[in-house]
Amino acid sequence: MSDDTDLLLRKILTDVLGLKAGQADDFTEDTGLFGHLPELDSMAVAGLLTELEDRLDIVIDDDEIDGEMLESYGGLLAFARAKREEA
Amino acid sequence: MTPLTWTCPLPGGGSAEEYALTFDRGRSLRLLIVPALFDEANRLRRFTVEVMRRLDGAGIDCFLPDLPGTNESLQPLEIQEPQDWRDAMAAAARRFEATHVLGLRGGCLLTPKPLPALHYAPAKASAILRQMLRARTLAAREAGREETRESLMELALAQGIELAGYRLGPEFIRLFDGMAPPSGALTIAQDTLGGSGLWLRAEPGESAVQADALAAAIIVPLS
Repeated sequence: MSDDTDLLLRKILTDVLGLKAGQADDFTEDTGLFGHLPELDSMAVAGLLTELEDRLDIVIDDDEIDGEMLESYGGLLAFARAKREEA
Repeated sequence: MTPLTWTCPLPGGGSAEEYALTFDRGRSLRLLIVPALFDEANRLRRFTVEVMRRLDGAGIDCFLPDLPGTNESLQPLEIQEPQDWRDAMAAAARRFEATHVLGLRGGCLLTPKPLPALHYAPAKASAILRQMLRARTLAAREAGREETRESLMELALAQGIELAGYRLGPEFIRLFDGMAPPSGALTIAQDTLGGSGLWLRAEPGESAVQADALAAAIIVPLS
């Protein structure tokens, strides 16, 4: 089964962080996000989650948001994949 | 580019001076620009002015007023209601003798009738509010407090709330939440600009390509 979640997520992070094309290709499972990148403050994360909802056609409840899923690229990717499967 | 003040009606009667950035050479095409709202206004400020420079170069006068209670305004934000902002933009349109109006994102909610309107990437009020509430719950969680969107909304409707640094009154929240952009506007979608929206950026960014594209998308229907 093809899965474009990884690609879409890298694109969203590129847009939110203002990265150059290709820069997000270097993200690995362990790349730190919230709490690691100073520009990723609560407002930016809120924007990121809203974009995630729009582009992946999912709905994220507040109580699903935890530190682990936002801490690393791998955590966010796993969350997004799980949400898409249940959608 | 000239910063100047204009007379804005106050909700309870009387008036106050508000600030606007203007390019005014007495030309026949005169565009009022209603800025994006809250956090997005800051992230799009430079982009907005870059678009204004291009419109000026293309022979269009343009005017970017402050919404009362925001940017340079001395009015308290917490007493503003959405209709006050609409009235303010209508007053700015009269003062600057606007022939057209451009709304940016949440600013599309406030474009005064009956001016012909252009809406750039219009945002729903509920989506703007939801995102600011989410930012606040995330910040609270970081600080070890638990806040939910529902409990915050309850608080907001009872006594007002501070979201992303903006102190909003209960009436503002109640009336703003259900607002949608007025119909009949020409919509300029983000995906026609050759890039993703600069309001998404965690840090304010800029894009000459997108400023060129948005200016062109405004110039063509106006000319």
